[in-house]
Amino acid sequence: MYNFDFERPSSLADAIVALAQEDSQALAGGQTLIPTLKNRLANPAKLVSLMAIDDLQGVAVGDGVVCVKAATTHVAAAAGAAGSFPALAELAGNIGDPAVRNRGTVGGSLANNDPSACYPAAALATGATIVTNLREISADEFFTGMFGTALGDGEIITEVRFPVPDAANYQKFEQPASRFALVGVFVARFGDRARVAVTGASEDGVFRWVEAESALFGNFTKASLDGLELSPEGLIGDIHGSAEYRAHLTKIMAGRAVAAC
Amino acid sequence: MPKDFGVGASTKRREDVRFLTGNGQYTDDMNVHGQAHVHFVRSEVANGVLKSVDTSAAAAMAGVVRVFTGADFEGVGGLPCGWQITDRHGEPMKEPAHPVLAQGKVRHVGDPIAAVVAETAAQARDAAEAVSCEIEEQPAVTDMKAALGGGALVHDEIGSNLCYDWGFVEENREAVEEAIRGAHHVTTLELTNNRLIPNAMEPRVAIGDYNPSTDESTLYTTSQNPHVIRLLMGAFVLGLPEHKLRVVAPDVGGGFGSKIFHYAEEALCTFAARQLKRAVKWTASRSESFITDAHGRDHVTKIELALDKDGNFLAIRTETCANMGAYLSTFSTSVPTWLHGTLMAGNYKTPLIYVNVKAVFTNTVPVDAYRGAGRPEATFQLERVIDKAARELNMNPIELRRRNFIGADEFPYSTPVAVQYDTGNYQATMDKLVDIADIDGFSGRAESSAARGKLRGLGVNCYIEACGIAPSNLVGQLGARAGLYESATVRVNATGSVTVMTGSHSHGQGHETTFPQVVADMLGIEEGQVNIQHGDTANTPMGMGTYGSRSIAVGGAAMVRATEKIISKAKKIAAHLLEAPEGDIEFKDGSFAVAGTDKSVAWGDVCLAAYVPHNYPLEELEPGLEETAFYDPANFTFPAGAYACEVEVDPETGKVDICSFAAADDFGNVINPMIVDGQVHGGIAQGIGQALLEHATYDDNGQLLAGSYMDYAMPRADDVPSLVVDHSCQTPCTHNPLGVKGCGEAGAIGSPPAVVNAVIDALERGGHSVGHIDMPVSPSRVWAAING
Ligand SMILES: Cc1cc2nc3c(=O)[nH]c(=O)nc-3n(C[C@H](O)[C@H](O)[C@H](O)COP(=O)(O)OP(=O)(O)OC[C@H]3O[C@@H](n4cnc5c(N)ncnc54)[C@H](O)[C@@H]3O)c2cc1C
Repeated sequence: MYNFDFERPSSLADAIVALAQEDSQALAGGQTLIPTLKNRLANPAKLVSLMAIDDLQGVAVGDGVVCVKAATTHVAAAAGAAGSFPALAELAGNIGDPAVRNRGTVGGSLANNDPSACYPAAALATGATIVTNLREISADEFFTGMFGTALGDGEIITEVRFPVPDAANYQKFEQPASRFALVGVFVARFGDRARVAVTGASEDGVFRWVEAESALFGNFTKASLDGLELSPEGLIGDIHGSAEYRAHLTKIMAGRAVAAC
Repeated sequence: MPKDFGVGASTKRREDVRFLTGNGQYTDDMNVHGQAHVHFVRSEVANGVLKSVDTSAAAAMAGVVRVFTGADFEGVGGLPCGWQITDRHGEPMKEPAHPVLAQGKVRHVGDPIAAVVAETAAQARDAAEAVSCEIEEQPAVTDMKAALGGGALVHDEIGSNLCYDWGFVEENREAVEEAIRGAHHVTTLELTNNRLIPNAMEPRVAIGDYNPSTDESTLYTTSQNPHVIRLLMGAFVLGLPEHKLRVVAPDVGGGFGSKIFHYAEEALCTFAARQLKRAVKWTASRSESFITDAHGRDHVTKIELALDKDGNFLAIRTETCANMGAYLSTFSTSVPTWLHGTLMAGNYKTPLIYVNVKAVFTNTVPVDAYRGAGRPEATFQLERVIDKAARELNMNPIELRRRNFIGADEFPYSTPVAVQYDTGNYQATMDKLVDIADIDGFSGRAESSAARGKLRGLGVNCYIEACGIAPSNLVGQLGARAGLYESATVRVNATGSVTVMTGSHSHGQGHETTFPQVVADMLGIEEGQVNIQHGDTANTPMGMGTYGSRSIAVGGAAMVRATEKIISKAKKIAAHLLEAPEGDIEFKDGSFAVAGTDKSVAWGDVCLAAYVPHNYPLEELEPGLEETAFYDPANFTFPAGAYACEVEVDPETGKVDICSFAAADDFGNVINPMIVDGQVHGGIAQGIGQALLEHATYDDNGQLLAGSYMDYAMPRADDVPSLVVDHSCQTPCTHNPLGVKGCGEAGAIGSPPAVVNAVIDALERGGHSVGHIDMPVSPSRVWAAING
């Protein structure tokens, strides 16, 4: 770790000011950022913790939407969404291990957009709205490739609004070492429309499998996916699995998610 | 009836009180007054010419005390290899220099180039980034076939990457060839024994200290064998005599072999402390551990098993390439040879065996002994090829094994690979396994798995291991550059309590509990009256340390011998006190009695008399009650067992779940059944890790791809089922006084083939004729095999 200054504001306004300074960076649960700093792969001048800001904490349910404030930990999100959006609660409750779930946050996860992270799949499959201190961004616009997002410098995610689907399920096939998603598929059905978001598989990060969505349109059954094949082109191949394997797993996990809805 | 104290009792581990309450004293917990900290600059490329190292900027940075480079070690010895192998043609192995800091070349990612010593660890790390190294990168060689086939050279001066080409038993080569040619059936299997990273919970740490007024050096280090480090570093690297060099290995948080070896960081810290006249401390980060701790396994093997028409084994031939990495680590050369070739007979009567091993240099971290060391590699190939043969011959794999077992009445049994098994009863352990694993109930369980869309498989295998490696004069002939005895001093204190100084070293094995069980039993006193000291060359007799499941078999035996001497002397004192002839004294339950009378004297009174010798035969007997024994065993011990694993495979994803695992072991006599259970549990967990999860892979440039826990998969609690462990089959060792065989490595040796045999069985039953899948049997590999 290199030396840095540290600030822990208690209001969003103060955080915005602090983050406007050059080379300052937001710190949420630190589950990604702290290891990065320890390995000396980042060198921010200042870290601004978002964890003491009351306005960034908690889960609100209403009007067919579950709204998770950005600095809500996975544990708190799992508890808050359990009654209204069980698939989201289950996703949050299966991230990492208890230590990670008690520190890591939904805002940190989305801002980081790790290509194997779970939350991006839920956001994209539900068509969530990512709210920042400046604007509202739809999930379809928010994710811009592996570790890439539409966030500008110093822009802070304040909350994420997840429309609650009529039915939803997340199937995560764990990478054996990290236990992030080797492939994770989030399926959400709204009426006769389905959205299918895939994480872990693509070199471009989370994506919608539109062919699967079309196949499921009006016929939301596992069998509807039978004839589909996902092309391995552009998918990740590494020591844990080839692109072909990930393509195959995507189909299997999508089928299981539909069946479990 | 289980005993509640002494030998055979499941006494709770007394050391756990301090380990579990945070009161352990690990090397990193120690801080020496005035210490400086060192950070190593390490090569980021796998192969390259080291043109220059510029330390000037670093040396000028805040807090920097000194920057050492390879130039500081000219004239200082390199790290030695402890075992010389003689090849098939009678030539000694190639033994390239292994400098403390790189000189002229870097040979693997992690090779240390410079050591920055500063006031704080953070300053050392900051300054390390300012050391600039000019390295002309060269193509790396990581694959053994490429290394032997004219790829880049790891050591230019050798002219090839071959360390040795070993044949064993060379005289059998022709006969084996003939037997294979004429056999009714030959089963051939090519496989890889995957490279592993040991991952002890405690990373390595070294603190060098120096006292200029006495010219004495002290090294505190995370070692399994402080005396071995003192000898290797003192005699071969730094030229320090033993009386000026003390090595202390305090509490050590796991080793699994990786802390046997003498490492460059230990020599650097000791050397730097002498140069700077102050203590110098180094603590490895976990990332550093991945690229500097000696790795394990990494064999590529072809094995052939020849059988007659009834399934009797006729001959075995195996050809292995063993990866040495970039340098020869301390015992690296013995692992694929004497610890591997001699085990190729397994539990079976195979008349002819020939083992060929080519040891190969590559641009990777050095490879050395890791829990089991050579024996897992032998067991895996043998037990996999037997399973494959059973399938090819349409025989039951258990029956095929039983048919070829060495019979219980055939011991001592001399194998064609130069060892003599003293005792064993392989049919009995297999009977026990069939019972505890409920093998007969398998088909019912397979049906219920099938109903859930899963393929269930059963894998069974046997293993034999050679523990308590010995005797010294034999291993000396085989190339060992050390003796392999063990030592103990038993010091009886004036009021009757006992301190045992042992050359064994406990780093998780529970010696502080089990050793007192033995001594207390012999002396008829309470276990709590006996304490163990180990890990400090200043107060323990010269010992060879702990590895190879040798502590109780060799170290325990030394302790028994020393205790026998104590009893013998104490009887003389008692005879004097009781005014009776020595021959009439009987010692039982802590009391010395004159046979046939009610006259007796208690243990405590005899001890007191030894130290307050007012009424004492001073003309004939020295006062005091302290004895030392060195024990050099007559033979190895041969623990053996039979293991069974059941798995479910998800045919859609390739994921393997272990449903059950049973182990029937014969460890001879058992001192503490609970601790033995724990040793087997841990070993099996590691074996499951090897079989399903762990893989230290390199890319073509010599970069470690699984360089952190994000990619290197360690077994976790939910990867390991509840284990059924039994060690009631006991054929005591015939040549050590405790009749013990050792249990530390069995689980890691016996479990990988059981898991892989089970996966292959599941797939074959499911109609997928896959033959073999290399470890780790990961979901993607299973899926690829099914869809191959
Ligand atoms: C061992 C381990 C296992 C894990 N397993 C999983 C898993 O299975 N699935 C999964 O999805 N994730 C997993 N994670 C990731 C974890 O869930 C965290 O969510 C993730 O690390 C980021 O969240 P954080 O709150 O820790 O963010 P931090 O590490 O604090 O920050 C990450 C990045 O986001 C930025 N940031 C944080 N908050 C905001 C904000 N409100 N607005 C703008 N930018 C912000 C930071 O500046 C930084 O760049 C795992 C992590 C670990 C360490």
